[in-house]
Amino acid sequence: MKRASDSVDLEKIRREAKKAWDDLFSADTLVCTGMSTCGISALACQTQDAIKEELSGRDFPARFMKVGCLGLCYAEPLVYVKKIGMPMVCYGYVTPEVVPSLVDKAILGDDLWKERALGIVDLPDIKERSAQTDIPSIWDHPMLKPQIRIALRNCGIIDPESIDHYLARGGYSALAKALITKPEAIIEEVKRSGLRGRGGAGFPTGMKWEFCRKATAPEKYLICNADEGDPGAFMDRSVLEGDPHSVLEGMLIAAHAIGSTAGIIYCRAEYPLALQRLDIALRQARDYGLLGDDILGSGMDFDIIIKEGAGAFVCGEETALMASIEGHRGMPKTRPPFPANAGLWSKPTNINNVETFANLSAIINRGGDWYNSIGIGRSKGTKTLSLAGAVRRAGLIEVPMGITLREIIFDIGGGIPGDRACKGVLTGGPSGGCIPAAHLDTPVDYESLAKVGSIMGSGSMIIIDEGTCIVDLARFFLTFTQRESCGKCTPCRIGTRQMLGILEKITRGEADLSDLSKLERLANAVRNGSLCGLGSTAPNPVLTTLRFFKSEFEEHILRGNCPSLVCKDLTSFYIDPGSCRSCGICAESCPAEAITGQFKEAHVIDQDKCIRCGVCISVCPEKFSAITRKSGKKVVQCI
Amino acid sequence: MEAKIRALLEELPGKEGALIPLLQGVQSTLGYISQDAVEAIGEVLGISESEVYGVATFYSEFRLFEPGEHQVKVCLGTSCYLKGGRELLERLSRSLGIPPGRTTPDGRFSLETVACLGCCSRSPVMAVDGVVYGNLTPLQAKAIIADLDE
Repeated sequence: MKRASDSVDLEKIRREAKKAWDDLFSADTLVCTGMSTCGISALACQTQDAIKEELSGRDFPARFMKVGCLGLCYAEPLVYVKKIGMPMVCYGYVTPEVVPSLVDKAILGDDLWKERALGIVDLPDIKERSAQTDIPSIWDHPMLKPQIRIALRNCGIIDPESIDHYLARGGYSALAKALITKPEAIIEEVKRSGLRGRGGAGFPTGMKWEFCRKATAPEKYLICNADEGDPGAFMDRSVLEGDPHSVLEGMLIAAHAIGSTAGIIYCRAEYPLALQRLDIALRQARDYGLLGDDILGSGMDFDIIIKEGAGAFVCGEETALMASIEGHRGMPKTRPPFPANAGLWSKPTNINNVETFANLSAIINRGGDWYNSIGIGRSKGTKTLSLAGAVRRAGLIEVPMGITLREIIFDIGGGIPGDRACKGVLTGGPSGGCIPAAHLDTPVDYESLAKVGSIMGSGSMIIIDEGTCIVDLARFFLTFTQRESCGKCTPCRIGTRQMLGILEKITRGEADLSDLSKLERLANAVRNGSLCGLGSTAPNPVLTTLRFFKSEFEEHILRGNCPSLVCKDLTSFYIDPGSCRSCGICAESCPAEAITGQFKEAHVIDQDKCIRCGVCISVCPEKFSAITRKSGKKVVQCI
Repeated sequence: MEAKIRALLEELPGKEGALIPLLQGVQSTLGYISQDAVEAIGEVLGISESEVYGVATFYSEFRLFEPGEHQVKVCLGTSCYLKGGRELLERLSRSLGIPPGRTTPDGRFSLETVACLGCCSRSPVMAVDGVVYGNLTPLQAKAIIADLDE
């Protein structure tokens, strides 16, 4: 068994790993499939099986490898093919049905099946490059070109279940370097980098470490917050599923810096694959002597355990998270005492987010000044963002701080599908806000986003188009925060409920204008009267939408009209008798059995039975488009 | 039940912080947190049943009803909500004949909602027995369930 007893040993293991890594690309055909949860949900496993099946009868030597998520989630399943003497080509949309053509053209054939190629995966270790072909490098793909990948450097490139791949790409070299550096010097380096907590609050990481370093206690805890609770965020999942060792290495560096002996990764149970890959990574790191006693002969003892979160948004808050590890309901505590002095089990504790840890090895290897040179103002380095909603290229990206929302949505994301107008972008999830299209030139950094009433948060970005009703959206977020409020602080517990009540009234068209000022008053009370981040940011979605989209609220109140045709109580569905070709699909699909009609006879929706679910619109063949929505008072339909 | 809980406790480092892992252990073997389990955990850890119940109901992972053979979880994260997660839920709820948070009378299916599965780039998504399906229409979701029912 390979076990590194010191850094010389580690280098020896690395050389072997590097050789095996290089061999991967020079011997036999290599087929890689993107297998994170996003890829798997797009049938990546079935795709890989189908490729194996296709090749099985042909006596064609091929090797298969799974990789994490490259971030081009919209084009999944992604398959890379590396034939001997050829560059590695990345293909998109390789569903199982496409496999026969892929095998025929891209694997067995002589050419590179250019039509379906997304780009060439140029890596320093592969000598065949994009320059040899007329297919551009994948790094020049519009979604990847503006990115700087630090935390995501290995995602979609290595097999996340192989520590050797991580080592081959330089992994754990920062740990070896850190272990021969004084903890104070490491903290200084991290301070110089300007790295701030990537979980949402943006507290300077180096400073946080310093507090914990200075606390005197024989035992200190180091916690990795992987409880990504923001509905709409998947950065941490992608990092844990695509490159778990980068997080472990970051934790080891932090443990050395603060003097911790026990690490805990608090990961949400909704991420079974991340948990599984973390577990594999931990076992490998222990086998290699990178976790446990006397790590690399430095005298440092450190091990990490996984705690499965049980599902509570408030547990993203550090004191609530610690209460949860202790087996209680996840309720935040007042500070001071700060976790750095009295945290988990009343011992000094340092908590950082997954992405914060994933950045660390690069900072140690390349220096704080290098990291500090990326970014803008007081927001240094890069930020991973998850791009979803009404955007052509949904996926995971890592961009330098200071890039504008417009660049993210249009250059990286490819704009809004169907060329509809962009209405705005939601940042920071339920704690953030809705930034309108007029402010798309806002740079993405902690300060600029706060200036428009939103927050960076963990980095979720959901783009909305004109089909999204702002009032309904605010109601959605309040439903979430109201449910997730732990109940400790009265303003949050009762205030969010009352705010939700008012928003529901507006979506039903039953509110009056005085409700808007009530809503604003309540929002301020909740914000000022809550102990933790959940309560103090819960009103953000309401306050930003009231600030930027007030007319839409007024339209609901004064005219009973939902301009986006979303609010169910204000919207009705109709079948245009002239366009209906009586195919019957809508009647068959309607869950409420509200649609009737005979053969060769236009169908009719019974308004009393209709539950306004919209299924009929989604199934009506596009060439007929017979179903329309109207907002306002009901109209009687004539046959 | 108490013996089962004691066996689960043996695998943990100690009683400190054991409540949530015990509840998770019960749920993974039994499928849900039964009344017996709440009593037994309280007994074994020396805490009141109300405290166990308090924790079990605080976290969304724990269910207090017996799940069906197949567990359907519809994601209602922001992106899924905006891209039709609600319609998915509505359709499944109607075709299974149960509201979310229930199990069909024949015990075949249970329907739940989940705050986010982290597959926002492929929304709307749902998970059936832990397998995530993305880019779904209500009819596709219904077909997946119908396939399982055969």
